Amino acid sequence: MRFRTGVLVGLVAALTAGCTLAGNDADNGPATVTLVTHDSFAAPQQVLDAFQQQTGITINVVKKGDAGALTNTLVLTKANPIGEAAFGVDSTFASRALTEGVFAPYTSPEADRGPQRYAVDSEHRLSAVDVGDVCVNVDSTWFAERGIPEPATYDDLVKPEYKDLLVVENPATSSPGLAFLLGTIARYGEQNWQGYWTRLKDNGMRAVAGWEEAYGQDFSGSSGKGPRPIVVSYASSPAAEIGEDGKPRTKALLDTCFRQVEYAGVLAGSPNADKAQKVIDFLLSQQFQATVAENMYVYPAREGVALPAAWTTAAPLPPNPASLPAETVQAGRERWIEQWRSLLGQ
Amino acid sequence: MSRAGLGLAALAVLPLGFLVVFFAWPVVAILRLGFADGGVLAALAEGETWRLAWFTVAQAAGSTLIAVVAGLPVAFLLARVRLPGVAVVRTLVLVPFVLPTVVVGLAFRALWPDGGWLSIVLANAFFNVAVVGRTVAGLWALLDSRAEDAARALGASRWRAFRSVTLPALMPAITSAAAVVFLFCATSFGVVLILGGARYRTLETEIYLRTENLLDLTGAAALSLVQIAAVLGALLLGAAARRRRESALRLRSRRETARRPVGGEWAVVGAAVVVLGLLLTPIVALLLRSVSTVDGWSLAGYRALSSTGNDGTLQVSGWDAALNSLRTATDATVLAMVIGVSASVLLVALRRSPGRLARGVGESMDAALMLPLGVSAVTVGFGYLITLDALPGDLRRSPLLVPLAQALVVIPLVIRTVLPVVRSIDDRLRQAAATLGASPARVWREIDVPLASRAVVAAAGFGYVVALGEFGATSFLARPQTPTLPVAIAALIARPGQLNNQMAYAACALLMLVTAAAVIVIDRLASGRVGEF
Repeated sequence: MRFRTGVLVGLVAALTAGCTLAGNDADNGPATVTLVTHDSFAAPQQVLDAFQQQTGITINVVKKGDAGALTNTLVLTKANPIGEAAFGVDSTFASRALTEGVFAPYTSPEADRGPQRYAVDSEHRLSAVDVGDVCVNVDSTWFAERGIPEPATYDDLVKPEYKDLLVVENPATSSPGLAFLLGTIARYGEQNWQGYWTRLKDNGMRAVAGWEEAYGQDFSGSSGKGPRPIVVSYASSPAAEIGEDGKPRTKALLDTCFRQVEYAGVLAGSPNADKAQKVIDFLLSQQFQATVAENMYVYPAREGVALPAAWTTAAPLPPNPASLPAETVQAGRERWIEQWRSLLGQ
Repeated sequence: MSRAGLGLAALAVLPLGFLVVFFAWPVVAILRLGFADGGVLAALAEGETWRLAWFTVAQAAGSTLIAVVAGLPVAFLLARVRLPGVAVVRTLVLVPFVLPTVVVGLAFRALWPDGGWLSIVLANAFFNVAVVGRTVAGLWALLDSRAEDAARALGASRWRAFRSVTLPALMPAITSAAAVVFLFCATSFGVVLILGGARYRTLETEIYLRTENLLDLTGAAALSLVQIAAVLGALLLGAAARRRRESALRLRSRRETARRPVGGEWAVVGAAVVVLGLLLTPIVALLLRSVSTVDGWSLAGYRALSSTGNDGTLQVSGWDAALNSLRTATDATVLAMVIGVSASVLLVALRRSPGRLARGVGESMDAALMLPLGVSAVTVGFGYLITLDALPGDLRRSPLLVPLAQALVVIPLVIRTVLPVVRSIDDRLRQAAATLGASPARVWREIDVPLASRAVVAAAGFGYVVALGEFGATSFLARPQTPTLPVAIAALIARPGQLNNQMAYAACALLMLVTAAAVIVIDRLASGRVGEF
């Protein structure tokens, strides 16, 4: 009896000490998981609160630039990660993170509801959370007013009737810019893409640093009312440009799309791996997936998640987007960007 | 070691310690990673590197020249003119300085779509007219005008009197301001990125690109070395210029020196008004933008400030972001003032000390304290990520990180504002006080503190608004639960949809308002103090 009391006292003491010294590690106590993500992450507070209620886990969000900056942050801090889980490494940067051993293997029970379609490695170190397509967008009103037919394909963009109408982003500084470059490489091949870009340049294409300037400042279809009616943006952008008549003012050209998948994973060496795994499950859950369209302008990776009503007409998911194998992108990315910059004299 | 020596050493611990832990260590750690990859020397030999360096220096020199030429009439207006509205001007000139670079870039693009490199030069000058105007006015207002009056009485023309009497006396403040402006322009990031598109690049944008997007740390390290060398060069030139010109000045309160302009002075006032008009153009364009929509005028953006944007783009409302900005900027300013003022005192003491070694140490320290302005924010940011985990409490995840980084940006500015005034205090005043039996502490309290107080308060105000508007380091380190206003604006502008756009521009208007209010409050405090001597 005395022995058991001693064990009990010892246990209580150990637990109490555990709580004060390392409260986060206690099994049933409150816990915080730091989720490192990109600047575009957005989730309704109620959904995060509901997750906290169900599991006792508070998600502390830390944002680090765009997908490229996020990946580089994770690589530079892999010896002592700044969080337990990460979300937002996309298909153009996934291979860098995997090669550097940033993520630990974890197969979420939720992954068989769709995300596995986009799996990039056999160990399941990354789980697909959402899918976004970068497509050329056009200002339908602009073309209708002038009676000029809208362009539809990459080839159309180099035709004389579309001279000086296109604005694109620099692939070195912008993630949609990089996706568009990869789209043209997927379409024309490694041999011929530079020829296509030379024709784009000769046709008066303008390249700017980032999406904000291209879409908000140069594009005529956004509220910035810029001078150019053709822009590189997302398949989902038209859903944000619905006029008072309920009809979208802009349109994505579905033959010019390049698919980007965004992944989440548990960071290698996380002391809280089991809790970080719960956060990955949460990102793949019905509850969270239902919010990604409205909040991040991307399509859920999970099957059977309803899209907002406006999306079905204004922003349907492109049926046949282009893509490139992750290893090809990893091997070529820096070289292509370098070639693009010297080609454009920029 | 003598007692004074010990005192100096104690004073040096704070600024130097801060600089080592929150600047030198992270930067060296990142550069080391670049060197470990190899090829830094090869990257230095590339022609491209030197083309970037040339463009960086050329555009910064152009912007500095324009900012000085435009800033001097403004300084005259602020320092010497007693006309209604001068107090308003004092506040207005600071507004451009705190606008987020992404927004100013967009405003300049809207006003001048194909400006090329010239629009980069003008936009950089736009940000910095206030630095010249207010720094120079800070000294000018205190200059005794009797020397100039004497020159006039002896037959010198107004212009001649200005050139041979006033201008030399102002030189320390002008070179100080020019050095700061040059550093700001050489390292300006957002403006060059947006207005340069994919065509015009500086060392700073290229370092950002190679670190943040390409993970080419070798290339980034090579470019950082060139940038640091260029910045050190500019600092040494500035220091040499200051040393040649510097002399003790008789300082007076503005109340005695400001008066109604006469004769040719009206032309200078006119020039200042033109400069103000030019500064206001992008600001007015932003205000108009905040109330115009595809379907006409609307205040929807302002109403949306109490929300979190279209479908919850932000995690907190626009008003909460504004409160965060005020809170963070307060922390950063307190931190920067403590460190900046103690560094200024230390630098002046070292300069006055008889030993050559001490003077040499003082000069190297002066340059070292300015270096944070010359090192890329992204280098410092990534440096924090790979070093600060070694400190207790893992500062990388701490909310203190943002004020620490902002303080790093503000400290050089505090030093450059406070130092010229503290240095200009006539040592004979101190010697007289000491002869009359005052202890060193009493000398400080009775002579230096009252004379420097205006500059100190001005520096605090300046630092506060800089911290309010700081974007580069803050965007890298801020947590989404507690965004500052500039970070919130950038987040809003990065999403499609008219409401987000309207809200972003309304938030800009709010930022301008908050800035103006902060400046008014601080200037009130300052003028209250000035009456004491």
